[in-house]
Amino acid sequence: MIVVSGARTYTSDGWQTCDVAIDGQTVVTVGSVPPGQGDVVIDGAGKVLGPGFVDLHTHLRDPGQTWKEDMTTGTRSAARGGFTAVLAMPNTEPAVDSGEMVRRCVRRATDAGVVEVGFSGAMSLGRSGEEMAHLDEMYEEGVRIFTDDGDTLVDGGLLRRIMLYLSDRKDAVIAQHAEDPAIAGDGHMHEGSRSQTLGLVGLPASAEIAVIARDLALVAETSARYHVQHISTAGGVALVRRAKEEGLNVTAEVTPHHLMLSEDNLGSLDANLKMYPPLRSIADREALVEALREGVIDAIATDHAPHTVSEKDVPFEVAPRGVIGLETAFPAALAALDGDLDLVFDRMSIAPAEIGKFPSQGKPISQGSPANLVLLDPDQSWVAGEFASRSKNSPFFGQELKGRVVATIVNGGIVHGGGR
Amino acid sequence: MSLFDIASLSTEEITEILDSAESMSHREPEGFSGRTVVPMFFEPSTRTRLSFDLAAARLAANLVVFDHETSSATKGESLRDTARTVGAMGPDLLIVRHEQAGAPEAVARWSGVPVVNAGDGRRAHPTQTLADLFTIRSHFGGIAGLRVGMVGDIVNSRVARGLLGALPALGAGVFAVGPPTFLPRHGEWDIEHRGDLDSVLGELDVVYLLRVQKERGGGLGYPSDSEYHTRYGLTERRSEMMKPEAVVMHPGPMNRGVEISGAVADSEKSLILDQVASGVPVRMAVMARILGGAT
Repeated sequence: MIVVSGARTYTSDGWQTCDVAIDGQTVVTVGSVPPGQGDVVIDGAGKVLGPGFVDLHTHLRDPGQTWKEDMTTGTRSAARGGFTAVLAMPNTEPAVDSGEMVRRCVRRATDAGVVEVGFSGAMSLGRSGEEMAHLDEMYEEGVRIFTDDGDTLVDGGLLRRIMLYLSDRKDAVIAQHAEDPAIAGDGHMHEGSRSQTLGLVGLPASAEIAVIARDLALVAETSARYHVQHISTAGGVALVRRAKEEGLNVTAEVTPHHLMLSEDNLGSLDANLKMYPPLRSIADREALVEALREGVIDAIATDHAPHTVSEKDVPFEVAPRGVIGLETAFPAALAALDGDLDLVFDRMSIAPAEIGKFPSQGKPISQGSPANLVLLDPDQSWVAGEFASRSKNSPFFGQELKGRVVATIVNGGIVHGGGR
Repeated sequence: MSLFDIASLSTEEITEILDSAESMSHREPEGFSGRTVVPMFFEPSTRTRLSFDLAAARLAANLVVFDHETSSATKGESLRDTARTVGAMGPDLLIVRHEQAGAPEAVARWSGVPVVNAGDGRRAHPTQTLADLFTIRSHFGGIAGLRVGMVGDIVNSRVARGLLGALPALGAGVFAVGPPTFLPRHGEWDIEHRGDLDSVLGELDVVYLLRVQKERGGGLGYPSDSEYHTRYGLTERRSEMMKPEAVVMHPGPMNRGVEISGAVADSEKSLILDQVASGVPVRMAVMARILGGAT
């Protein structure tokens, strides 16, 4: 039995300062545990205990690019960031586009994963954007999120057919990386004053807005369940806000880096600040933070995208896109949400567990609830620099961050910290 | 130590370099024999390359050529490894031209050797900017108070980018003229936009024409060369609308018959060859500043 003693705890009856006992994979006591009980006792005094974080957007690079990350290092990174579950993106090599690939990935996660791993499936075969992937096979294997992430599904006709095809399964989600490649062109960073000054080809906000606008028209026709991945623009937020008001079944996620950083951070052309969608303007960033607080944006998702030092240490324009994010997500969320822990747990655990269909995640703690938990110290500062991830391409590298993950418990086992 | 872009120089430093270039063109400069300059050009160049070579020769520095075409870079060696290799041999100064923005900074970081940026992508080409400032200053005796029209493909031009920052700082008024696809859209520079060339021509002291960049950026920003020439080309008819004492500049290479008519390029108003000539003393001044240990 594991006991977390005296933490301020996010329970189904609100915040309580109490002991929590875990037996097997379940919380067995929320209240008072007599001293001396428990094989492992984690001192929670002055700390915060809640349901573990759930990431809707993780690139584990396994199979295919395991020099950047693999199932073990990626899920260790998740554990270190307080995530008890992650949704793996299907842009592996080969892509996850069939039942067989899902089974292969699930086996790999069972063998080598440290936290729960869910798998999303590609919408199009081989993520080519040309024909439907094996949607039924993947659905049968438990896939509920379908996305060509990394690329946008550009063909509106194909997307409409996929939306219609899946519309009789209410739990199937169409998730879009919204970025029109023709508008985006050769862009490497947000089109704005920074791209103009630096002379880099800009990537206009309209590249995202245009795709979301088109997709929402398709959603209205097909009644599909639609999710906007890593939303980055005020214009995109406005469209999601209106779609929700109109009653469309739409959700959205935002990354920690888009909440915390803007194009103004790009003066040094550091490739660790290169990702798609790019860091946008300050006005965009403010709109994202506001929308997250209001709930127009439902969840924080990391878009954890590992690349090695030698891949990233090249001129900005030729650097691969993407940054890691699992291990710095909590302090970023805490800052963006102004220290409001109710919102942190909602946007990082409750909401993403619901969107990503993780039934044993994102549950406020109660007797009988699943033991997927995170213990946090919101006041502790630390310098980002050492990562469990195989890669180090963090936009927060070397920065002092406030808010630290003390321990992570998955299925009743301690996977990070806690004097393990 | 290195020179990556004009924006990192103060107006005082710009003036110092221009003063130093002026003295270079009058008297024999301090020699730098025994110091080694390595031009690393990863992109083709005629005038910039030759200008740096001549400038190094006049400084009596040893010029050791890095030939990109026959280097290991063509065997797939990364820029990082190439830079580290060159750096290990201990040259005193590298002159870097590369198609990617920020490559000169990266080469300086990897090699540990000071770098003069000789053009990185669409971003910066500081010695060209300084040569242009030197040309204007030499011709007019000063820069403050002049009205300069930058005409054409401004957003895709590393030359324009440098001048848009430096000219207003030195007291010149700057007009940006061209189709909206070519004009800066995000306020960062103290400049005035004019869509119509004819309406502004009579006010300008310097008409600075930019090369229509067909090789960079995302797609052509105008319908055809002939339409561009009709609306924005500096034709002979238009050149007659200029003030008598006004001059024409162009960073080269020119598209004759597109942004400038051949006759105007070769006319008395043209400072285009002065710009080329200015490159040598300015590059001498820049290299001397670095080799001489100025910070």
